[in-house]
Amino acid sequence: MSTVTQDAIPSDTDTDNATGAELHAEPAKHTPREGAFGNATHLQCRECQHQVTLGPFYACPECFGPLEVAYAFPAVTREEIEAGPRNIWRYKALLPVPDDIETSRNTEPGFTRLLRAHNLGAELGIDHLWVKDDSTNPTNSFKDRVVACALSAAIELDAKVFACPSTGNLANAVAAAGARAGIKTVVFIPSNLEHPKQVNSAIFTDSLVAVNGNYDDVNKLASEIAGEEEGWAFVNVNVRPYYAEGSKTLGYEIAEQLGWRLPDQIVIPVASGSQLTKVHKSFQELIKLGLVEDKPYKVFGAQASGCSPVSVAYKAGTDAIRPVKPDTIAKSLAIGNPADGIYVLDICRETGGAVEDITDDEVRDGIVLLARTEGIFTETAGGTTVGVLKKLVESGQLDTSLETVVINTGHGLKTLDSVSDRVSAAATIEPSYAAFQATGLGA
Amino acid sequence: MSVSVRVPTILRTYTDGQSEVSADGTTLAEVLDSLEASYAGIRARILDDDGKLRRFVNVYVGNDDVRFLDDLATPTPDGTQVSVIPAVAGG
Repeated sequence: MSTVTQDAIPSDTDTDNATGAELHAEPAKHTPREGAFGNATHLQCRECQHQVTLGPFYACPECFGPLEVAYAFPAVTREEIEAGPRNIWRYKALLPVPDDIETSRNTEPGFTRLLRAHNLGAELGIDHLWVKDDSTNPTNSFKDRVVACALSAAIELDAKVFACPSTGNLANAVAAAGARAGIKTVVFIPSNLEHPKQVNSAIFTDSLVAVNGNYDDVNKLASEIAGEEEGWAFVNVNVRPYYAEGSKTLGYEIAEQLGWRLPDQIVIPVASGSQLTKVHKSFQELIKLGLVEDKPYKVFGAQASGCSPVSVAYKAGTDAIRPVKPDTIAKSLAIGNPADGIYVLDICRETGGAVEDITDDEVRDGIVLLARTEGIFTETAGGTTVGVLKKLVESGQLDTSLETVVINTGHGLKTLDSVSDRVSAAATIEPSYAAFQATGLGA
Repeated sequence: MSVSVRVPTILRTYTDGQSEVSADGTTLAEVLDSLEASYAGIRARILDDDGKLRRFVNVYVGNDDVRFLDDLATPTPDGTQVSVIPAVAGG
């Protein structure tokens, strides 16, 4: 094992050498306390397996590949997990967080409802269907999970500013978590983002920065700032390995809520692809730890056609993901250059799943369908996922006899405009019974 | 053509800690050659064994990702800023 420290938060000191043969380390300005990252042991490049010490590092110094958290898990039992709090910290032994994480000032996200979707299942002809509804998290999206893990890492690394580039949901979660933790936040978003998402960030922070450009432009800017400014923790840039681990809790919860078993099929929206890869990782960890029975399961990815580079590559049967300029109402999925896209392809192909995409009109249809069948108002990403679920059934790619879970990542109140012209009052009447009768809505 | 190259943290060991350096070239490929001449070893971190951009690195000429332009053949006019940035997942 070769190790190297890079330093992005406290300083710009970099300690790798040119060949990688004789690596050395210079002391960082801040040394995390013992146990700061729980049972995590190191970071490891997903591409070349190069190992890096735990710290504010995110890109492999050898190949630029993504660094991921590796662990030495202790024996964990179902009973120990079930005795934990009703939030993501019930899985703290499997996350890069300290054992005393529950005493920190965080938003305590997670353990969201897993709803049996009888009506939607009947509508689509799926016998056993559930919706994992992450719109009930503190800021109404799954991003509260990842941000809670990133916040823990940022604090342990002595960051002074908590920041992110975002398509909206992440900015909401970072701004709220920073407010609760008492750490300065600066969040960057595309200036054309849905107004409700902007308000949902600005209410928590006075440092919302709207950038004239798309998400990929905002992401580039954030990466540049992360390389220059000291003491900044960009949740999805320089503390990304820890942040991304938060998505595993979605998978843990689904398995636990199903009675400690994995679903046969799961449909997950794809933006950068990080969430899908982490849910898969969580299932693999549960199997490895003996917490669920090992069994085959299929993973399906969902994209909007206006930003579907992974789906296009899947259908073309290639690993080459061609970046695109996004043009879709599903802005939270509008990442034209998805860094984890290649892994999404691998997982969906290996498990026998698929990646599919739908038009913006079908996204709106998906939103209305979920609302009218299950009483869940989802944002455009959820509309995409439900719409893709429908398309997968119609095309025969999804087995309707198998247990299926579809993930709803965020709340529809954040993307009201996308469906506001689809729904309206059935009638506007005078306040009289006769007027009501005239509508034909009575018995 | 002289251009300015923004260097990511993990490559600054090659540039003596400098976050921005100068290079010459009329195309990105030539700029990378120029960088290599000044800072031996840096090109192999940006390009793979086949001489293509590594999958997890994004290179921008001005504000444009060269994957949307002409890749390594992208022109680099005098005074342009070239940025080398790790690709990051997690929006």
